Amino acid sequence: MEVFWFIVLMLMLSVYIILDGYDFGAGIIHLFFAKKEEDKVAITKSIGPFWDANEVWLIASGGVLFFAFPTLYASSFSGFYLPLIMILWLLIFRAIGLELRGEVNNKLWKKVWDKAFGLASLLLALFFGLALGNVVRGVNLGAVENGVSTHEAIYFFVPLWNAEFSPFSEALGIIDWFTILLGIIAVVALTIHGANWIILKTNSSINNKLKDVIFKLSVALSLLVIVSIIVWGYVSEHPLDNFNNYPFLYIFPLIGVFGLFNLFRIKKLKQESSGFLYSSMFLFGAFATTASALFPVVLPSTNNINPSLTVYNTAAGSYGLNVGIYWWVIAIILVAIYLFIQYKMFSGKMDDVPYGHH
Amino acid sequence: MEDALFYDRMQFAFTITFHYLFPQLTMGLSLLIVYFKGKYLATKIDKYNFAAKFWMKIFAINFAMGVVTGIPMEFQFGTNWAKFSELTGGIIGQTLAMEGMFSFFLESSFLGLFLFGEKLLGHKLHFVTGLLVFIGSWASGYLIIATHSWMQYPVGYEILENGKFVLNNFSALFSNPWLLPSYLHNQAASLVTSSFVVAGIGAFYLLNKSNVEYGKLFLKTGVVFGLISSILVAFPTGDLAAKNVVKYQPVTFAAMEGLFETEEGVEIVLIGQPNIKEKRLDNKIAVPNILSFLTYNRWDAEIKGLNEFDESLYPTNIPGLYYAYHIMAGLGTIFIAVLAVAMFFIYMKKIEVKRWVLWSILILIPFTYIANTAGWYTAELGRQPWLVYNLLKVSEGASPTVSAGNTLFTLLGFIGLYLLLGLLFLILVGKIIYKGPQTIKA
Repeated sequence: MEVFWFIVLMLMLSVYIILDGYDFGAGIIHLFFAKKEEDKVAITKSIGPFWDANEVWLIASGGVLFFAFPTLYASSFSGFYLPLIMILWLLIFRAIGLELRGEVNNKLWKKVWDKAFGLASLLLALFFGLALGNVVRGVNLGAVENGVSTHEAIYFFVPLWNAEFSPFSEALGIIDWFTILLGIIAVVALTIHGANWIILKTNSSINNKLKDVIFKLSVALSLLVIVSIIVWGYVSEHPLDNFNNYPFLYIFPLIGVFGLFNLFRIKKLKQESSGFLYSSMFLFGAFATTASALFPVVLPSTNNINPSLTVYNTAAGSYGLNVGIYWWVIAIILVAIYLFIQYKMFSGKMDDVPYGHH
Repeated sequence: MEDALFYDRMQFAFTITFHYLFPQLTMGLSLLIVYFKGKYLATKIDKYNFAAKFWMKIFAINFAMGVVTGIPMEFQFGTNWAKFSELTGGIIGQTLAMEGMFSFFLESSFLGLFLFGEKLLGHKLHFVTGLLVFIGSWASGYLIIATHSWMQYPVGYEILENGKFVLNNFSALFSNPWLLPSYLHNQAASLVTSSFVVAGIGAFYLLNKSNVEYGKLFLKTGVVFGLISSILVAFPTGDLAAKNVVKYQPVTFAAMEGLFETEEGVEIVLIGQPNIKEKRLDNKIAVPNILSFLTYNRWDAEIKGLNEFDESLYPTNIPGLYYAYHIMAGLGTIFIAVLAVAMFFIYMKKIEVKRWVLWSILILIPFTYIANTAGWYTAELGRQPWLVYNLLKVSEGASPTVSAGNTLFTLLGFIGLYLLLGLLFLILVGKIIYKGPQTIKA
């Protein structure tokens, strides 16, 4: 049952990364590449009816994490206190940037909220990458000092950084050279993803230029991924064990690599939806590969005193996990219906839809 | 960690108080918008469609504020109340996860279509999206109050040796006797706020002699919805909710009423300040026997005072609890009285010249928010010092590793950010109200 909920949680987070990922990416493109007012409007319009529902995947994943793995929820949310609260503030800025931009017809007003939306999107992509990096690297569970736990074995606290910026340091920080590498990968990957969304959903004048951007960023992303795989072996212990024991898991890295390589052909792709599909495959493949490598660990311990948190030692009681399946299955069917209606109503280019967004 | 606990509490209290200013309007307002849109479908009179559109604009800003201030609520269970989440997550996580899965997806998927999709959908389907947003927001309230009810009156659980609460009866969470009265009480109170906002803006237009046609419509609709809902708040829902407190939290009830000694034929206190040191109320104005009657339907019934209980069981903040309860109940009575007068003048077709009635309704708008907030403070202060009534204390629930300095930092951040949000909100909503429904294009 724990494994079932682990898979559910990973799938929900994958959907979140793919859906809200294009919102972040669109925000980053909006910040750096959209100069004309028409293009800015086209980009905000392309995510207008979707971003709120996309963000719900994060809230709902948080809810499932809370009910299925309460110990993990308690440990990680309090331990990563500062970055999580900052993510909340950024989510607020992104939302009000998007929603308030059209409320007043004034150039300066629009400029302020455009920047708020763009910068918040950029920083959110970076923070989510950092978060993943922290989970892969692990934390000092029990806040061990000189061989003695100063807190209960499941609790820890990570400051934003320490002077060494190293994943091997005694006192870990949220930001070190390994986690920042994953943060940059997240920014680059989501920028590509967002560019693909804009090409798919708008007639904006920068679409051709974005294909060029996607190509260049895909080259950069490939190099970054290679570097991250090399250093991963040093930061994590035995990252390949699960793959060797269950070879079918190799499907995930293969999906990721397939998606990434096809992005090199972005200028030759006939259908605009293909690019979006390939960047989605990369995001899913990369995330699923990471989760597969960690399993059953969900938060590694960096000391030898307290054990890592796993799906087994953090799960709720079995009755609750069983009964949850009933309502979750009903809910996910409803969600699929909503998604179908939503994307059916807003199919095609968003700037062609008679949709009165401000 | 004493200071950290204090800041954890302040941060939760501040962020939840600010957050609930928005859903209390949107839950009720969604019903009123569905009413205006339905009325348009039935009569095809354009006025009703423009009324629906006007309130949708105000709804949109409120909803956005509700969403962005709501996400920090779910996060804070983990960030600031980790011990509470660890111990009870298997139970309260169920209802909170269900809120995400059932109501947030429903609301967010159809909100865009509801707010901007009228042309795309046509009027009938547009009405349906409004109905779905209404259902989503009321389902959200239901699941939150199911969670709240479990904290007030825990059911369907067992406690393991390691102190963890595990669920053993899912349906008990929803047949909890605390749930239905609290839920209906809260939803009716949310309708009171929205009705006063609608009626009050109508009164403003009539007083200001702008948008007069809409002023009349908003005033009448708001007064009718407001009178019905403010009566429902008191009876039966408020009455049933209070009887739950008498039954399951008698010490809380004694503190709410400022009843220090057990008495028979207890008076109801309208005004008075609790004096904890001397164990009495100062400057009291009271009506004899009423409280006994309201509580047990007998004029001479005995009600237990605080003296019956050990001081360690007392609610932490007795004066705060007493004031919150009396402010809520006092304002609720005033709302019924003012709306009944307004209803009378509407019936006599004289409401437009009774400027003092229009002024009263306009001025009461902020007090509906105060009454709702005071009601929630009554529920929450009444449960203190417990997080889970009689089982887990607030002091046992905070995050063990988050220091006071970090929590103070984020509390200050939230205060600053929410101040900005509040200002933007007032400017934007003020602009929409000032421009009025007549400027809305078809």
